[in-house]
Amino acid sequence: MLVRVQADLFDAGAELNAFAKGRTDVGAIVTFSGLVRDVPGGLQGMEIEHYPGMTTTAIEAIVNEALDRWALADVLVIHRYGILKASDPIMMVATASAHRADAFAAADFLMDYLKSRAPFWKKEATRDGATWVAAKDEDEAALGRWDQP
Amino acid sequence: MIDVLYFAWVRERIGLPKEQVSTEAETVKDLVAELMAREERYAAAFADVSALRVAIDQELTDFDASLAGAREVAFFPPMTGG
Repeated sequence: MLVRVQADLFDAGAELNAFAKGRTDVGAIVTFSGLVRDVPGGLQGMEIEHYPGMTTTAIEAIVNEALDRWALADVLVIHRYGILKASDPIMMVATASAHRADAFAAADFLMDYLKSRAPFWKKEATRDGATWVAAKDEDEAALGRWDQP
Repeated sequence: MIDVLYFAWVRERIGLPKEQVSTEAETVKDLVAELMAREERYAAAFADVSALRVAIDQELTDFDASLAGAREVAFFPPMTGG
């Protein structure tokens, strides 16, 4: 498992290649990249705040849950904070497995949980001022998909 | 003494990211009541706790949780990562 929380830009392609390099036990890697989306009227910047004492351990707990549920060879999570602009990468997840089904399911699970349980908050700045992005009810509801019987 | 941390709009509304609070509060809810009684900016920030999340010592919990042994309590809105 590799979890990185950073202000710096990262290259998702280079990260994927490094993650995959030399693995002979892996038949499938699924990656997800989250980018800063522009808003009507133009985004001047997106500020991502986080809780430094909690962020890494919260993400690791989510990854450990995924490792328990699916047959994964490895997991990579990178999440940025600080000031970003439209089209910048915010985060990426990569899951590696022998076969694709586990890699897809684990990546989907990780994204649902990272969205609502990792301590990040987004603030969008436009010409009209800056506003905190509100959490969506459907994001919270999405977690219910993963409830175990 | 407990370190109390605020993030995102909770931090902005209260006007500081962190403070040390001397309290005898037994639960998070009791601590919130003490803070709200202090000043209007706290009352405004905690007006609707259903819109807030709380962590004790960097673990998410709920407002009924005990503060016994707690070193750090953080208040923030629902997360918007990813």
